[in-house]
Amino acid sequence: MPASRPSHLALALLCCGGALFALSLADAARLRQQRADSGREMQALVRQLQLTDLCLFTEARYARHPSQADLHSAFQDHPLALEHFPSGSLLLPPANLSGHHERLDREAEVPD
Amino acid sequence: MNAWIEKQKYLIDFTLASLARRKAKSLGLLLVYSLIVFLLASVMLFTHALRHAANEFLAGAPEIVLQRMVAGRHDLIPPGYLERIGRLRGVQEKQGRLWGYYYDPVVKANYTFMVADDRPLAPGKLVVGAGLARTRGVAPGNLISFRAYSGKLFTFSIADILPAKSELVSADLVLLSEADFRAFFDIPPGHYTDITLRVANPLEVRNIAGKLAQQFPDSRPILREEILRTYDSIFSWREGIVLALATLALLAFAILAWEKASGLSADERREIGILKAIGWETGDVLRMKFWEGALLSLSAFLLGYLAAYVHVFHFAASFLSPVLKGWAVLYPRFELSPVIDGLQVTTLFFFTVFPYAAATLVPIWRTAITDPDAVLRG
Repeated sequence: MPASRPSHLALALLCCGGALFALSLADAARLRQQRADSGREMQALVRQLQLTDLCLFTEARYARHPSQADLHSAFQDHPLALEHFPSGSLLLPPANLSGHHERLDREAEVPD
Repeated sequence: MNAWIEKQKYLIDFTLASLARRKAKSLGLLLVYSLIVFLLASVMLFTHALRHAANEFLAGAPEIVLQRMVAGRHDLIPPGYLERIGRLRGVQEKQGRLWGYYYDPVVKANYTFMVADDRPLAPGKLVVGAGLARTRGVAPGNLISFRAYSGKLFTFSIADILPAKSELVSADLVLLSEADFRAFFDIPPGHYTDITLRVANPLEVRNIAGKLAQQFPDSRPILREEILRTYDSIFSWREGIVLALATLALLAFAILAWEKASGLSADERREIGILKAIGWETGDVLRMKFWEGALLSLSAFLLGYLAAYVHVFHFAASFLSPVLKGWAVLYPRFELSPVIDGLQVTTLFFFTVFPYAAATLVPIWRTAITDPDAVLRG
């Protein structure tokens, strides 16, 4: 059987791909360990400064702190201005605007 | 068993020879297929790692943030609120936060000004985020001027720069003393932007939030779990840009698979006819074509996925960053910690490899069961 049979080559290449896939998992573990320091640093900063959001989108204030925004902030500039910041198409309204306050009110007991 | 393996190897040999005859088409298909997997896998790996990072970093955020609303808008907390909260049982620590936004017309970027209570700063001194320092080109010891909303010019000296490793949470931060903050934004003493509360017992958080909503009807309590949920949904598979990208990629893939499924080329049909005429069984033809689909889709999956992994975790997802940057001038440089979700990778595998293999088998089977004479003439 010739050594350079196409099927052998193809299977060897697929095995190489599989090995690289496994290697990517090992590399992920290595990188996680390597980048753990910056993670700890960020955790400490969040705790120290009492931060609430990631600094992902700085173009608009409701995108900079999505968890602190209110429903109207996307339309703040003009009553007829539709959302015009690109990150507005990436972000959803914060989870806390979907009716939780109402529910909290109902759950709350009237103080004595 | 050995004979079976040998037979499969011969079938693969034949398949590869057949693919090599249509080199340009096969390579083109592999390239497009790999690109679709690359795009989907990049978005998937990036968003999963980002969601994981948000959950990990923001776990230290305050349990409750209390905002005051006036006419549906966020307003300053007036004096007296903090003292009244003090009587709520279960609240371990409460603090008025002072923070706000400042638009810097020099570089056309938004900054977050904040008072760090745990990091006392002398009046006139600033600590800035690494992203801001890079954008404005400042270093410790430099002077920086900002024109306040009142029109008055304030000059500060940079005392320090926050670590570059923490840019994902601090790129645009400007930390200053309370006196400077109040003078700059003209906020009278006793007023705060919002109030943060630390609650020792996690089971108590919702209860306390309910009491706060009752006691301060003009307030809006934001719980940490809501913050985390906000970040969980921002880059969720089901929502926003991810859905748009995934839909486009799947649509492109569906067209690819449809092209295969809707019929074979005349060459392929003739090939099958000849194979049948020289004695190949329907099963052999199907097996040969199965190997063709399997080799192509597996190679495309591995190529696309590995390229996506390197792109996201070794090249900081450089193709995706223009989408995330939008119009922002100030954008953090960050390296995400790789978190790979086995279920997501498996889903991607099933969505990309199996439909293609199935789509190719059906028309082959239809051709393979017809009379070779009809196939060759037809």
